[in-house]
Amino acid sequence: MASTVDGTAEGTQDGVRRRDWIHIAALSTAGVGGASVVFPLVSQMAPSADTLAASTTDVDVSAIEAGQSIKAVFRDQPLFVSRLTPENIAEAQADDGADMRDPQTLADRLGEGNEDILIQLGVCTHLGCVPLGAGEGEDKGEYDGYFCPCHGSHYDVAGRIRKGPAPTNLAVPEFEFASESVIRVG
Amino acid sequence: MSFAWAKQYEPKTAFTKWMDEKLPLPRLIYGAVGAGYPVPRNLNYMWNFGILAGFFLVLQIVTGVVLAMHYASNTEVAFGQVEHIMRNVNYGWMMRYAHANGASFFFIVIYLHIFRGFYYSSYKAPREMIWLLGVVIFLLMMATAFMGYVLPWGQMSFWGAKVITGLFGAIPLIGEPLQTWLVGGFAPGNSALNRFFSLHFLLPFVIAGVVILHIWALHIPGSSNPSGVEVKKESDTIPFHPYYTAKDGFGLGVILILFTFMLFFLPNMLGHPDNYVEANPLSTPALIVPEWYFYPFYAILRAFTGDLTVPFTSIILIPAKLLGVIGMFGSILVWFFLPWLDKSPVRSGHYRPMFKKFFWFGLIPTMAALFYLGGAKPEEPYIVLSQIATAYYFMHFLVILPIVSQIEIPKPLPFSITEAVLGKDADKPAKAATAPSGTPAGASPAGSPEPAE
Amino acid sequence: MTIRLGGIIVGLGLTAILVLWSLVPGLLNFALPEKPDYYAFQEENIAPEEGFSFEGAAGTWDYAQLQRGYQVYKEVCSSCHSLKFVAFRNLQELSYSEAEVRAEAASWSVPGIDPKDGSIVDRPGLPTDHFPSPYANDVEARAFNNNAVPPDLSLMAKARADGSRYIYSLMMGYVEPDPADQALSPEFETPAGLYFNEHFYNINIAMPPQLVPDIVTYSDGTDATTAQMSADIAAFLTWTAEPSLVQRKQTGWWVIAFLIFATGLAFLSYKQIWAGLKPKK
Repeated sequence: MASTVDGTAEGTQDGVRRRDWIHIAALSTAGVGGASVVFPLVSQMAPSADTLAASTTDVDVSAIEAGQSIKAVFRDQPLFVSRLTPENIAEAQADDGADMRDPQTLADRLGEGNEDILIQLGVCTHLGCVPLGAGEGEDKGEYDGYFCPCHGSHYDVAGRIRKGPAPTNLAVPEFEFASESVIRVG
Repeated sequence: MSFAWAKQYEPKTAFTKWMDEKLPLPRLIYGAVGAGYPVPRNLNYMWNFGILAGFFLVLQIVTGVVLAMHYASNTEVAFGQVEHIMRNVNYGWMMRYAHANGASFFFIVIYLHIFRGFYYSSYKAPREMIWLLGVVIFLLMMATAFMGYVLPWGQMSFWGAKVITGLFGAIPLIGEPLQTWLVGGFAPGNSALNRFFSLHFLLPFVIAGVVILHIWALHIPGSSNPSGVEVKKESDTIPFHPYYTAKDGFGLGVILILFTFMLFFLPNMLGHPDNYVEANPLSTPALIVPEWYFYPFYAILRAFTGDLTVPFTSIILIPAKLLGVIGMFGSILVWFFLPWLDKSPVRSGHYRPMFKKFFWFGLIPTMAALFYLGGAKPEEPYIVLSQIATAYYFMHFLVILPIVSQIEIPKPLPFSITEAVLGKDADKPAKAATAPSGTPAGASPAGSPEPAE
Repeated sequence: MTIRLGGIIVGLGLTAILVLWSLVPGLLNFALPEKPDYYAFQEENIAPEEGFSFEGAAGTWDYAQLQRGYQVYKEVCSSCHSLKFVAFRNLQELSYSEAEVRAEAASWSVPGIDPKDGSIVDRPGLPTDHFPSPYANDVEARAFNNNAVPPDLSLMAKARADGSRYIYSLMMGYVEPDPADQALSPEFETPAGLYFNEHFYNINIAMPPQLVPDIVTYSDGTDATTAQMSADIAAFLTWTAEPSLVQRKQTGWWVIAFLIFATGLAFLSYKQIWAGLKPKK
C-alpha cells in the first residue's frame, strides 16, 4: 500500500494529460488572480481624485502691469505669469531666428489671440529648480530672462533655453481665457 | 531535522547549482514547504489554517503599507485622512475594507488554528515550543489589532484606547504613572496616536519574525496529525508539495470567497458604527465594546465585579478592577502552561472520551458564550452568565485538564498513521491489536509520543 | 506534576474568588434591568415601502432620487448641518454635468481670503471646495441651537446602525406619543426645547421636525411629501457616506465569480493530485 504514495503509476496516458490540463488551468487562473490584485496596488499610488480635481487654476491677470510678473501655483508647482513690455516683445522677436536648442517663436509661446501675457511653469526643465528672474531684482541671466542657479541654465525673456544644461524651453501649460481678465490654466 | 526518507533538493541547472552554493534559499524552501518536507498523510481541513493565517498576515502587511502611504497620524487630520482614503485614493476604499476585514479574518483563522491545537493537543511534547511561540504571536496580534483600531480616530478608537490603557492603571503602585507614560499624556491624544501608529507599523514585522521561528520549530518534530500517533515510517507521510500545497490552495480559495464576500457586500458588518463618528473626548458612546475578536477576553474582564475583601469586613485585598485585569491577562497566560497541565499521553481528542466531552460540551459552549457576552450590555443576566462562563474557562484549563489527563482511560490508538488512513498496516505486530484498550491510564499506549529522529 | 498542582490551586483559587466575591453577591442581588419609566424608543427602523434602490447585493443608485435628496439637503438641512467630507466636484457622480457642478458650486459661498488684505471673506465656491459648515465652530453651533451641536452629515448613514433606514425612520419619527404608552408612564413629558421622536434613542431630540410637506419644491415635479423627502435625503446621505457603494458591489460580483471559478479548478486539481492516495477497498 505504501507504493500508492506516488500514485501516478496507474494513470493512463489520457489520464495524465487530463490531470496536467487541470493543474495548468488552476495555476494560470491563480496567476491571473494574483496579477489583477497588482492593479489596484499600483493604481493607488497614482494621483488621487482630489489631486486630479485641483489640476486647473484660475489666474486673474488684470492687475499685472507691463513688465511685471506674478507667481501663481499650478498643480503644486510655481507658475510664472508675466505681461511683456513692447521692448521685451521686440527683443524676443528679434531672437526668433537665433540658433536655439529648442527653437520656438514668441508667437508660439504666447498662443493665438494673446498679445503679451506669457504663461509658463517656473520649473527649470533640467532638474526642476525654480529659475530666478520672475521676481523684482532677481538675476535674469545672460539673456535677460531667467536664470536657474542650481546648474546655470540661462533662459531668454520668452523663457527659451539659450545656455546651460536644460534640454527644453520653460514649459507652457495649456490655458484659455475664461474671461477678459481671468486665465484658466490646465 | 525531518525524516530520513525526506527527499533531498537536487539542483539541476547550472544556475540553481550556483545558487545552491552561494545562497541555498531554494533548498530551504524545498525542505520547508516543498517536496522535501514529509507530512503525515492524514491531515484534515483543520490543518489548513496555519497557512491561511500566514496568508492573512501577508495581506495585512501589504494593505497596511498601502494605507500608511495615505494616512497621517495626527488627531487633527487622522479621521479626515481615512475618509480621504475612502473617497479620493484610487481603490482606497478597497484597501481599507480589505485591511479592516482582513484583521477579522486573520483572527477567525487564528482562533480555528488555536482550537485545532486544543482539540488535538498540538501543544504536547515534542511540540511545546511551537505552541509557546504561537501564544506569543497571538499576544502580538492582539496588541497590533488594538493599536490599529485606534488609528482612524473615531469614537471607538478613542474610547477603546482610553479603556484599554486604563487597564494598566489597575496595577498597584506603578499603575497610574504607567498609564500616563503609555499614552504620553493624561488622556489619549496626539502623542498616543503617533506611537500607536509607529508600533502598529512595526509589530507585524515582529510577528512575521516569530512566525518564522514558529515554522522552524514546527519542522523539528514535523506536523502533528488527527490521530495523534507520531510518524513512524515513510508510508505515514506524503511530501508537502504537491499534496498539501494543492489542498491549501483549495482552502485558500474557499476562505477568499468568504473574505471577499464580506469585503464587497458587508464591509462594515464586523465594525462598529460609532467609529464613523470622529473622536470626541467629551462624550462617551452609549455602549463601549472592543472589536469582536476581543469579546471573550472583554467578557472575562467584566466578569470580576466584586472586590476581594477579607470576609465579613470591608478590608479590600484586591480591588475588582485589578482582579478583572488579572483574569483577562491570566486567561491567555494559562495557554503558556497547557503543555504541562495536560499530561495525557494521548494527543488526539478522538481517543480521549472524557476530554472530548469537556471539549465539546464545556469549552466550546463557554467560548461561544464569552464571544456573545463580551459584546452584550453590562447588565443582568449577562453579567452573571459571563461570571459562570469565566469560572468554567479557568476551571477547564487549570483544574479539569490536569485531573482528566490523570484519570481518563483513552480509547485504543491505531498502530500507525498508515493504519488510521488505510484501515490496516502490514507492519503491525499481531499481538498489539487488542492491547491498548486495557492499558492503564498514564502508561504509554502504543503509538504514544516519541521524540522524532 | 508541580505545574499541574499549581494549576489546580491557582484555578480553584481564581474560580473561588470569582464565584464567592463576584457571582454570589451578583446572584443575591440579581435583578433584571427594570423597564425604564419613560418611553422606549422604536429600535426597529422603518423603510420606504419598496425599500431603497441601493440595498441588496445588486443595488444601484437612483440618480433622480439622489438629486432630489441633494435639493433637500441644500434647502433644508444645510442651514444647520455641515457635509464636510463631500466636495462640490463629487456632485458630478449624481450625473450632473461639469458645467452644472461649476454653477452649483458657485451658488454656495465658502470662506476665502481677500487677496488684497488677507481678511476672511465669502467667495463663490469652486468645484474643488468642500461643502461649507454653517457655523464657524462648535461654540457658535451650540449658541444657535439650544446647546446642541448639529452633527456633520457626511457619514451619518454609516455612523448609525442600519443608517439609511435609520435616517428615514428619524425623519418619519416625529409623531404624537401613543396614548396607550403615555398612560403607562404618566410623568413622561417632552422637555421644553426638545421634540418627541420615537426613533431617536433618547426619545426627545433637539432637532425640530423639518420635512413638513412641500418645504421644498422638487424641480422634477415629484410630490414633496414627508415620506418622499425622508426617503430622498436618506438616499442622498447614503451616497455621501459611501460614494463607492455601487461600484463596490459591482466589483464584488466579478471578484466572487472569478474566485468561485478559481476555487473550483483548485478543488479539481487537489482531487487529482490526491486521487492516487485513496485507499482501495
